[in-house]
Amino acid sequence: MAETMMPQVNLGAGTVLADTLFPQETAGETLRKQELAKEKAYETALKKEITNKWKRTLTGWLLLAPSLVFLCVFTIYPIVKSIISSFYLDNLSVMQPVFAGFSNYIALFQDKVYWECFWNNLLIAVVTVPLSIGLAVAMAMFANSLKWGKAAARLGFTYPTFIPLVAAANIWMFIYTPIYGLLGYINPNWRFLADGKTAIWAVMVMLVWKQAGYIMLFYVAGLHGISRELFEAAKIDGANGWQIFTRVTWPMLKPTTIYVLIITLTNAYKMVDHLYIMTKGGPGNATNVLLFYIYQTGFDYWDTGKASAMTVILVAVLLVVTSVCFFVQDKKAYYNN
Amino acid sequence: MDIKYSAVKAPMRGRVHHSVHLGRILVYGVMFLLLTVSLIPLVWVVRTAFIPRELTLDLTAVAWPTLENFRRVLAAAPFGKYYGNTIFIVVGVLVVQFVLITLAGYAFARIDFYGSKALFVLFLSQLMIAPEVLILPNYSMMAKWGLTDTKIGIMLPFFASAMGTLIVRQTIKTIPYELEEAAKMDGANLFQILWKVYVPLLKPAYISFGMISASFQWNNFLWPLVMTDSVEKRPLSLGLAMFAMSYETGMQWSDVSAATVLVCAPLLILFFVFQRQFMESFMHSGIK
Repeated sequence: MAETMMPQVNLGAGTVLADTLFPQETAGETLRKQELAKEKAYETALKKEITNKWKRTLTGWLLLAPSLVFLCVFTIYPIVKSIISSFYLDNLSVMQPVFAGFSNYIALFQDKVYWECFWNNLLIAVVTVPLSIGLAVAMAMFANSLKWGKAAARLGFTYPTFIPLVAAANIWMFIYTPIYGLLGYINPNWRFLADGKTAIWAVMVMLVWKQAGYIMLFYVAGLHGISRELFEAAKIDGANGWQIFTRVTWPMLKPTTIYVLIITLTNAYKMVDHLYIMTKGGPGNATNVLLFYIYQTGFDYWDTGKASAMTVILVAVLLVVTSVCFFVQDKKAYYNN
Repeated sequence: MDIKYSAVKAPMRGRVHHSVHLGRILVYGVMFLLLTVSLIPLVWVVRTAFIPRELTLDLTAVAWPTLENFRRVLAAAPFGKYYGNTIFIVVGVLVVQFVLITLAGYAFARIDFYGSKALFVLFLSQLMIAPEVLILPNYSMMAKWGLTDTKIGIMLPFFASAMGTLIVRQTIKTIPYELEEAAKMDGANLFQILWKVYVPLLKPAYISFGMISASFQWNNFLWPLVMTDSVEKRPLSLGLAMFAMSYETGMQWSDVSAATVLVCAPLLILFFVFQRQFMESFMHSGIK
């Protein structure tokens, strides 16, 4: 308002108008006053906003406090503790932990079993992650496309999620047992779990079976979130099924895929219960993985220092891998928003 | 030009259509095969559990289902006790989780405050590093506090859940803010708003997260394994493993299968009965 009035009141004869409008002040003074008032109002609003923000901060932290306490005690503190004790010699040979520098880490790098576990874990991640995700997408789209029996198909794929891994290990033991097992009926000489070369693949088949249905759930939800109009528009443009999948469905599912990628990647390191029943990491260490080796080192051999060093490396690997996933998500997240 | 174009295009279009049709049949065939393969372990273990012990190894045998195997299992190991322990742990963890994820999820979804970004990253770190990776330091902490071989010790590390917090946060973001404002106008305080406005609308989030979390606790193995020493404190998963380990030979399959069915049945039945609600909730909660 003030700005549009200014040229008017400064036009010679116009000063009369200005005097009648603002008897005690010139137009310039009025303007300055108004600006000052505005500034002051802004400042008080800002101050209020800041105190409000402090108030909100208090509320926010209070609401988060209970979760935060448990997070700090059972996730953050244990990580710090692992880092510290990884620098100490702490096994059955010493009465008290003794500072040992990097010797635990050096010992790990020279430990053949550790490297075997490391490569096994890597193989499991490289094989089961894409396979589970691919199967899950196929399963979700297949179940969605069925005219009837949708629920039955989903049940058939998903139920392994709700079976404990130890129970699944029992069942698959029976399947793999030579001669008497289910596969023994096909060829009695198959010894997939007893052979160091095939054992890890036999285990991976079970892991994918156990995991794919769980991942499917996320894709069913993801597919549900894609607007139908997109598919119809693609169809009108003459796209075939494969084109619709690669140009519409898959890009739209990207946020789901990033989240699922994190779940499957961490699962590749977390799923170890079956080893307790099936192979104990054998034959030799052909199926052993890092977390199970941590368990063995910490609770069977009582070498806390070495097990801590392994925990630290595993945590670091998981952090790096999943952070990369989040980073990629940040760059690609524009699809849904 | 136009005529040429359509002359080339027409047969192409036909061929594409044809191959799509064939491809579809192939894909469906593969998927049905996959579905069958996925179901075989379940059919196999249920059959072995219910068939008389003498017929276990005879694939073609047909017989009336028997509960004999279950009777033997229940006589041999305290599965009733295991059930009680598992249900206590699952329910206890769920109740605490629901409270904590509601408070935390609301804070992240609706409040703009100092430190929210940093705290969010802290929460995400739990998504990456789950408590089970930290068994060793967590165990030594529990040992120091004298909480080993207690149910509360098994439950404690899982009370805070990043995944649950994320699901609640995403779901709250889909709820119109006007509802909260209206409640504020009526003079409701924060907890009344949470309880009366959000909790009812978060039902799908609770159902989907509850099912995931319950099955995680029901199936959890390594942590209870290191935490418990006594039979009285063992959950089902551990009880089953101990039971199966006591049979080294394959001759007791009927018993181990019966025990396996006992352990899996409650969750599977729950899922089979409520799968519709579960799927619906999964689709309507923030999981995407």
